[in-house]
Amino acid sequence: MTQLTSDKPAEEVSVGGSAPIILAIPYTLMVTVGAFLIGFVIAIPLMFMRGSKFVPFRLVAQGFIDIARGIPPIVWLFFIYFGLPGIGVLLDPLEAAIIGLGIISAGYLAEIFRGGLVAVHKGQFEASHALGLGGWTMFTKVIAPQALRAMLPGLATYFIGLVKDSSIASVIGVTEMVFAASTYARRSPEGILLFFIAAIVYMALSIPMGLAARGMEARMRKAGAR
Amino acid sequence: MTNMFQFWAGIFPKLFGGLIVSLELTALSLLIGLPLGLLLALGVSSRFKPLSWLSIALVEIGRGAPALVVLYVVYFGLPALHWSPTAFLCAVIGLTYTTAAYAGEYLRGGLRSVNAGTIEAGQALALTNADLLRFVIIPQGLRVAIPSLMGLAIQIFQATSLTYSITVSELTANAYSISNQTFRALETFALAGLMYAAITIPASWVTRQVERRMSLGQ
Repeated sequence: MTQLTSDKPAEEVSVGGSAPIILAIPYTLMVTVGAFLIGFVIAIPLMFMRGSKFVPFRLVAQGFIDIARGIPPIVWLFFIYFGLPGIGVLLDPLEAAIIGLGIISAGYLAEIFRGGLVAVHKGQFEASHALGLGGWTMFTKVIAPQALRAMLPGLATYFIGLVKDSSIASVIGVTEMVFAASTYARRSPEGILLFFIAAIVYMALSIPMGLAARGMEARMRKAGAR
Repeated sequence: MTNMFQFWAGIFPKLFGGLIVSLELTALSLLIGLPLGLLLALGVSSRFKPLSWLSIALVEIGRGAPALVVLYVVYFGLPALHWSPTAFLCAVIGLTYTTAAYAGEYLRGGLRSVNAGTIEAGQALALTNADLLRFVIIPQGLRVAIPSLMGLAIQIFQATSLTYSITVSELTANAYSISNQTFRALETFALAGLMYAAITIPASWVTRQVERRMSLGQ
């Protein structure tokens, strides 16, 4: 890991000197997108297992989801970053943060996916069967598009929440925005300004995302109504 | 395996002490944050525009900024204003603000969901605005917001783990210091994680039941 911030003198800090925060934005986005993608991939089998008629599958999936969501992100990150080396698994802070938040995301996304699937009317499944559609065609052409529409608000809200949660990666030394800000805050009283800048950047990232998601939702609703 | 359980038995008292601190932080933040959240919800809906804008800004900043940033701002910011409260008090202030911001949004949603007919009925009975709010709107709105507020309580309990970073000796901080002393991070954080889960999983289950019952009632 390259340290983006720690070797710069504190005197450079001012409202205009927001360079450390700007330089740290890619790390914030890397943690967020990486964790979301890992969560997305794991959540799909989890969702099917959670809805399975085979009880052990259902119990394992439910257990995974509960544990993933029930333990605070910071504890997950410490467990992975400080704990796993004890059994020979060494990860750098960025990898540990992406994997840790990815596990948590899988738990939340599996529930969002399931909610989306439950929202699709039973008649849609019956109609697909009546039309003789195969399982894959039924899923990709009939069920998934409708489920996606139902789960989009949940996905968008979760993603925006994850942007904020990525700040927790700072505790294991990922040089994202909060790490950059706290490095300065510990050195100089003016460093506090960087937290305000970081907060503004978080809001500047999440507000357009929220608006885009709302726009996409409205478009999908219109397409569905046609 | 036996070795691990012996180790867990040895570190349990210190972790449990930390868990109590986490629960205290949660209780204080909710106790102060929920009434403040109600004030924010009423402020957002106020006809007096400056109050409404201020409340909206407080809610949006509290929900938009990560809780960790809020804690850091309190912890590093207050000394700059020549007041240096203890780390625990900083944690209570930071978490209370986050609680109030989220509660404000949930309660506003709850208050807005109150049926216009019941409000009209209250008016027809010549209730004053204050009585209408106290006896009709708040009790009904609160009922709708309860599942979200229970979810918020779980979220705040989890967020107490962040106060480790401003040196509060709660569960995560105690686990961290034990793992530094014993070099057994895997087992230490596993037990700490299970202790958090022992609170959050049953609490989430109860929240889901309440949510289900509420949706049946509507």
